[in-house]
Amino acid sequence: MVIERRWKKWVFFYIPLTVFVIGTLFPFYWMLVTAIRPDAELYRSWRAVNNAPFWTLQPTLENFRDLMAKTMFPRWLWNTFYIAVASTAISLACGLLAGYALARLRFPMAGALGTSIFVTYLVPPTLLFIPLADIIRDFQLGNTPWALILTYPTFLIPFCTWLLMGYFKTIPKELEECARIDGATRFGAMTRIIFPIAVPGILSAGIFAFTLSWNEFIYALIFLSSPERKTVPVGVVSELIRGDIYFWGQLMAGALLGSIPVALVYSFFVEYYVTGLTGSVKG
Amino acid sequence: MKNPIAGGAGSAARVEVALPHPGTVQRRAFERLLENERLLAFALLTPTVVLLGVFIAYPFVMGVWFSLSSISVGNPGEFVGLKNFVKAWNDSIFRTAFWNTTFYTFWATIFKLALGMWLALLLNRHFRGKRLVRASMLLPFIIPTVLSTFAWRWMFDPTFSVLNWTLYKSGFIVTKLPFLSNGDWALWCAIAVNTWRGMPFFAITLLAGLQTINTDLHEAASLDGANGWNRFWHVTWPLLKPVTVVVVVFSIIQTFSDFQLIYVLTGGGPANSTHLLATYAYQIGVATGLLGEGAAISLFMLPVLFVVVWVQLRYLRRLEGA
Repeated sequence: MVIERRWKKWVFFYIPLTVFVIGTLFPFYWMLVTAIRPDAELYRSWRAVNNAPFWTLQPTLENFRDLMAKTMFPRWLWNTFYIAVASTAISLACGLLAGYALARLRFPMAGALGTSIFVTYLVPPTLLFIPLADIIRDFQLGNTPWALILTYPTFLIPFCTWLLMGYFKTIPKELEECARIDGATRFGAMTRIIFPIAVPGILSAGIFAFTLSWNEFIYALIFLSSPERKTVPVGVVSELIRGDIYFWGQLMAGALLGSIPVALVYSFFVEYYVTGLTGSVKG
Repeated sequence: MKNPIAGGAGSAARVEVALPHPGTVQRRAFERLLENERLLAFALLTPTVVLLGVFIAYPFVMGVWFSLSSISVGNPGEFVGLKNFVKAWNDSIFRTAFWNTTFYTFWATIFKLALGMWLALLLNRHFRGKRLVRASMLLPFIIPTVLSTFAWRWMFDPTFSVLNWTLYKSGFIVTKLPFLSNGDWALWCAIAVNTWRGMPFFAITLLAGLQTINTDLHEAASLDGANGWNRFWHVTWPLLKPVTVVVVVFSIIQTFSDFQLIYVLTGGGPANSTHLLATYAYQIGVATGLLGEGAAISLFMLPVLFVVVWVQLRYLRRLEGA
């Protein structure tokens, strides 16, 4: 080990790390404090003498109650959830099959296809949203959940394919060859030998895809118009701000509740998520 | 009967598969058809190719056509050549947006890389509560950008900013700082929020890279008398370079095409001074309904993205070749 003096450890390690932790987590703490603060306390001038901004004197759940009862927030949560699950499922199915084909099978144009899927991976949604809105309208999908369930895979499939392809390449070919010698078909060897082994990879890709769909904003903003169809990010932006007035207590309550499901999924599968994240940038 | 692994467990449970019934026969025929490698590849790739074709390739072609026509909402328009691009180029708001996008991407990427690298080096050491700290550092990246940006917007609020309060109470300022009400300040605020959100991605991917570096190398270097900085510069950095290049490329693409952060934080204001290409394309194409001009503005992203992707592909090839 490299030996280090005590003061050095404080200056070069503990203090910077603490600053990082506080900087990273403070906005979340701030969300919470704002969400449980009564309006009278919230809108007090920043120079007021009795102002105590870092905690609240009379915590209240008023903002959460209003959010759940007076807005369609529960509906948005449900919309976001099932759209994320459905688009993740579609992307995983496509990514599994395509990833397997690209990793294991020999066919003409395999290299070109792999490269073009990689390139679509790098196409940002903001490049295509204007023509895509028109196409969605032509397909009569505007303002339906299908508009999102079918378009989210455009940025999820390339990622899932890429990640799972990398995963399949780490599985020894011999496993499949053994199964084939024992009489399994190619398709059978794929579904019954390789896919079960790839479950950790599938979980990583799935968790990562789920958080990406939960986070998506621009397509949901443009393709959905009725309030009861919206997802959490769009609902919060467009329905909780009336005119120019921001209801900060409710907004922060919404931001907090809208983050909790995805944070929970993440906390249960941290390791898988991290594998997905680091795998997403590796070839 | 097919037994996946010879001598594997569970063969007793699979006996029923051996009983012939109509479904099995049909399934067998289907599987036999898929014995052909090319046919199987074709079948496996079709769903992906169709979906990406319909929702990426087709819109891309449409987008190019839009950008060359005078189409707007409710008006099919006609071919106008490069008029939309020329118009955009002569538009002062577009020029500001283009400059902002470059500026925003450049600085945010530098900060994310520097801070992410620093954080990765810190997290790579042993300390108590390491797993918890590491997991919580990724939170900004997990939480939907729109929602966390609202928290930042509230922290930058002109009247109730907690940051102003803190700085005022601790004696650093006497009047409040114009976080979002001044164009230059607002862009730097956006860079700060983007850095806050994207830095964990850098930190965690770089950390994964760091963990693959053999600690013996560091031991050997320090025995040879190398100090901390030298060990980083001559041992860690060269080994970390490949993963860094890839992460930076991803980040540049994400940042250059960013939309949601600016949409929530400033909405392009004050006075259109903080627009990025994506938010300005949205304003022209969706809010105003000039689809052709909007499509042209978002296509201005293409050359930059193209160069970045090309660099990435070349770099990966060279690594594989070496």
